[in-house]
Amino acid sequence: MKNLNNRHGVTRRGLMQGAAALGAAGLILPAGMRKAHAEPQRGGTFRVGIGHGSSTDSLDPGLWDNLYVQVFAASRHNQLIEVNNEGQLIPEIAESWDSTDGATWVFKIREGVTFHSGKTVTPEDVLASLNHHRGEDTTSAIKTFFEPVTDIRVDGQNVVVTLDAPNGDFPYLMSDYHLAIMPGTDGRIDPTSFDGCGPYVVESYEPGVQASLTRNPDYWKFDRAHFDRVEILSIVDSTARLNALMTGGVDTIDQVDPATIGMLEARGTARILSIPGNAHYVFPMDSREAPFSDNNVRLALKYAIDREDMVEKILGGHGAVSNDNPIGPANRYFHADMEAKTFDPDRARFHLREAGMDSLNVTLHVADAAFSGAVDAGALFAETARQCGINIDLVREPNDGYWDNVWMQKPFVASYWGGRAVEDQMFTTGYASGSSWNDSFWEHERFNELLVKARSEIDEDLRREMYHEMQQIVSFEGSVIIPMNNNYVMATALNVATPERISANWNLDGFRCVERWWFA
Amino acid sequence: MHEVLKMVAQRLALGALTLFVVSIVIFGATELLPGDLASAILGQSATPETLAAMRAQLGLNDPAPVRYWAWLTGALQGDFGVSLATRRPIADMIEQRLGNTLFLALYAAALAVPLALVLGVLAALWRNSIFDRVANAGALSAISFPEFFVAYILVLWLAQSGYFPSMVRISPTSSLADKLYMSFLPALTLTLVVTAHMMRMTRAAIINLMASPYIEMARLKGASPLRIVLRHALPNALAPIINVIALNLAYLITGVVVVEVVFVYPGLGQLMVDSVAKRDIAVVQAIALIFASAYVLLNLTADVLSTLTNPRLMKRG
Amino acid sequence: MSLPVFLILFLISSFALAFVFRAGLSRALPHNQAIIARDMPLTAAFGIMVIAVYLFVAIFAPLLAPFAEREVVGSQFQPWGGAHPLGTDRLGRDMLSRLIYGARNTVGIAFATTALAFVVGAFLGIWAALRGGWLDQVLSRFVDALMAIPSLIFSLLLLTIFGTSVLTLILVIAAVDATRVYRISRSVAQGIVVMDYIEAARLRGEGTWYLIRHEILPNALAPLVAEFGLRFCFVFLTISSLSFLGLGIKPPMADWGSMVRDNATLITFGDITPLLPAGAIALLTVAVNFVVDWQLHRASGLKE
Repeated sequence: MKNLNNRHGVTRRGLMQGAAALGAAGLILPAGMRKAHAEPQRGGTFRVGIGHGSSTDSLDPGLWDNLYVQVFAASRHNQLIEVNNEGQLIPEIAESWDSTDGATWVFKIREGVTFHSGKTVTPEDVLASLNHHRGEDTTSAIKTFFEPVTDIRVDGQNVVVTLDAPNGDFPYLMSDYHLAIMPGTDGRIDPTSFDGCGPYVVESYEPGVQASLTRNPDYWKFDRAHFDRVEILSIVDSTARLNALMTGGVDTIDQVDPATIGMLEARGTARILSIPGNAHYVFPMDSREAPFSDNNVRLALKYAIDREDMVEKILGGHGAVSNDNPIGPANRYFHADMEAKTFDPDRARFHLREAGMDSLNVTLHVADAAFSGAVDAGALFAETARQCGINIDLVREPNDGYWDNVWMQKPFVASYWGGRAVEDQMFTTGYASGSSWNDSFWEHERFNELLVKARSEIDEDLRREMYHEMQQIVSFEGSVIIPMNNNYVMATALNVATPERISANWNLDGFRCVERWWFA
Repeated sequence: MHEVLKMVAQRLALGALTLFVVSIVIFGATELLPGDLASAILGQSATPETLAAMRAQLGLNDPAPVRYWAWLTGALQGDFGVSLATRRPIADMIEQRLGNTLFLALYAAALAVPLALVLGVLAALWRNSIFDRVANAGALSAISFPEFFVAYILVLWLAQSGYFPSMVRISPTSSLADKLYMSFLPALTLTLVVTAHMMRMTRAAIINLMASPYIEMARLKGASPLRIVLRHALPNALAPIINVIALNLAYLITGVVVVEVVFVYPGLGQLMVDSVAKRDIAVVQAIALIFASAYVLLNLTADVLSTLTNPRLMKRG
Repeated sequence: MSLPVFLILFLISSFALAFVFRAGLSRALPHNQAIIARDMPLTAAFGIMVIAVYLFVAIFAPLLAPFAEREVVGSQFQPWGGAHPLGTDRLGRDMLSRLIYGARNTVGIAFATTALAFVVGAFLGIWAALRGGWLDQVLSRFVDALMAIPSLIFSLLLLTIFGTSVLTLILVIAAVDATRVYRISRSVAQGIVVMDYIEAARLRGEGTWYLIRHEILPNALAPLVAEFGLRFCFVFLTISSLSFLGLGIKPPMADWGSMVRDNATLITFGDITPLLPAGAIALLTVAVNFVVDWQLHRASGLKE
């Protein structure tokens, strides 16, 4: 499953000044946590089985698109900025960052860090690594991040980025997983090289099969990377992944099939890690096209879905009901007091009548490529909708090419968002008029007006009010059905120890299980 | 013998023609797939600009016949080019996986062929007995379970109890014993899948001859049933049996992608499916040609062998 | 109950049933067929019985099934017993009802597919053998090339191109299967076209269509029937493998191949739910082939 780029859960705190964030959140765990979880120990070979990976995976940072390459990248690379397990930005290769006006950003590059090849990490390397995603002929998935960037230059030990307009969220963009720091030659990085300055050194790699890495003896973080060796295996079949964990072939797997979580837990041979985040499953409707252009039709559909039942059956209970709200409970301005939508056939029929209809026929296009369980979710939706006089014709599309030919092409589809903890980011990317990922093609005058206003509002209460109103609008007038927030569900062998708090920002502890976890 | 050589030459020429047609069919089908390499690689994050940049870099803007011609001229000189998705030479990508695929196919065949022959001969010998019925029904049940399901059941019995690993982790440096142990479950799965077909053909081919006058003759002479089956019937029944074995060997090489996925076995089938998904046509073409060659060569071998084992066929040419 | 005990009991009871069924059949049928019925082996009787039951279930599915095919009746994975004799599936639909509807869909799709493959494949194969020359060469070389492409991957390609409706599924699998049928029917027909009676019919001035229908087809039937038996059952497996690779039948339609796939993970925990649809496929495969074997045996004229 592919995620949209940069769908993180980062909090806004500490965005402007990196060094401050270090003080606030810190790399050092509070004393209380240490009691529950013994001091991390060094040693062992950590084998993680991941439900992604393909023999066609590329080493080019601009093309990383699945969990396998993401974890593999986090094992061998560092970035400018890391998102810690509490969702805060902390320094990595950038020792600190600062901006006086929000438009010129100065990143101070950490000294004394070396690449696996022995070369010292310089600001020039950082420049080359950033420039890989920038410019006319780049094919990077995050090219759009750099469109407002007018200039990047090296200034002593600093890298200075100039934007065409102030953006307080810019450091947050620089924490994106595509932005691995790699050695540059003549201002360019080699996108086919393994060389990085991360926790582990690549020993062997076979795309779509496995990667073996050994601990980087010169790693600059003294309290990270506890394993001697790491093996990252691609095990796409979910049953094979389960079997690998149960037979001791691997120590950790991701994406446990919800149908089997209960049985796996009952065996007592593995620990389930179920991490709630802002990720959510979506059914976007093309608001330009009848019948979805009528908000009453959209509301009828929203009342025709049984959210509780879906969380139970599609997520195996590992998630939460969502009220068609892309902003999650982890967000700062989450609107918890909106009127909850429950499965209500009378209400659905009422809205149908308001739209001047007795019954409704729509076609829903699904594939498990959208999210795992999407086909089943569609079947459940069709079943409850039938009781409301809505006939949903379910079309199962091939996984292959789903994002190309179905998503944003067909009027009513299944989709997935990783969610973002910064409200503005979520709304701007997915709901603002004309955004290229506004997958419901939704236009709302008041919403767009609020979106711009809220960005520059300093008064906390007013700002909250605005975001609450926007959530209300999306939920009741928007063109997406968001039935649930899904957890990241992983399973580990009993001897794998983790920090008490696991990052909700991406799967597998923000891809960083390899450097944050250890064997007890 | 001269006849046989002539046949081989003729069939090799036809085989080359087959490969040519295969390359056109595969190229055409991959072209017809919605999307292209650029959109497949960029996926959900594609924007018109990055797509254009990538298409220009990969040379995808040339018309299809031009790209096919470029590929064909390269392939004819033995140069399969570079994978556009990973930028690795295709020959390197394929080499090790081809070895893995052949290893698994031979391993499974080494288990399945003797098993099928023995069971088939015994079933023919004791035809219509309980043994015959049970062997037949058992073999039929085994092939009517989907491959992945057979694999899961074997994993439940033989891997969860710790006898064999549930996934295959082999590298070029693994020892043979290691490889045999590691790949036992996939080989066993495939054995269960292909045995029935060969066993049924063995039985049918032998029984088919049992009514012939010369068998009747041998029987009247007082030869034992086992001797009749092994010495008189089997040699004459070899041609169809060899053909079925060849077909199944071809299947073991070309058709095992599902088993590869379940046991995480790095073979060619998985690479081909991945490459189709990424629209990496050059890789798809190379693997399709390997598969087609395996099919053509195995069929040719089967025909040569059946001709050699059956003098009557030889006279007919 | 341990598995071997269960298997033995199953075998004994199925043969007992088959015995009763055969006895009943030879009484109920008119004299001519009664003799055939009386002389058929128990395995064939068992096969016919199973096929009859399947057909009955398939035809009367809506009457037999306690719940509708798509109806969600409760929570997921309910245990066996009570209102749901075989429990519920992962969406909370009645397993028994889905198995029953599965008979209808699966057998229907498999039959349509195999029939189409045989009509096209056998006709082209026999035609090529009859006409010979360039037509034979062109067709055969093309079919050779198609057969040299792994069928599962080829189906995957075609379905991705043409979409995954039930109709395209039938057409694509039939097209791939037709190549195999073509090859067999051509080689069988080649043995027949050199016979004197074909020559005689040709001299009488009979057309191609007449020759195929009245002279060649009846003589080529036995091997084709045998092939039909296996191909028919392989359609389920193809659908199952396709759904493993991410393509499949349109939900909420129930078909056994996809049901095996959907529930397969449970076998990892020793839960036998996926064995139900898999067993349904296996039983039908065995039954069909028992009958085919019997017919082949009768055709071969071997008396023992």
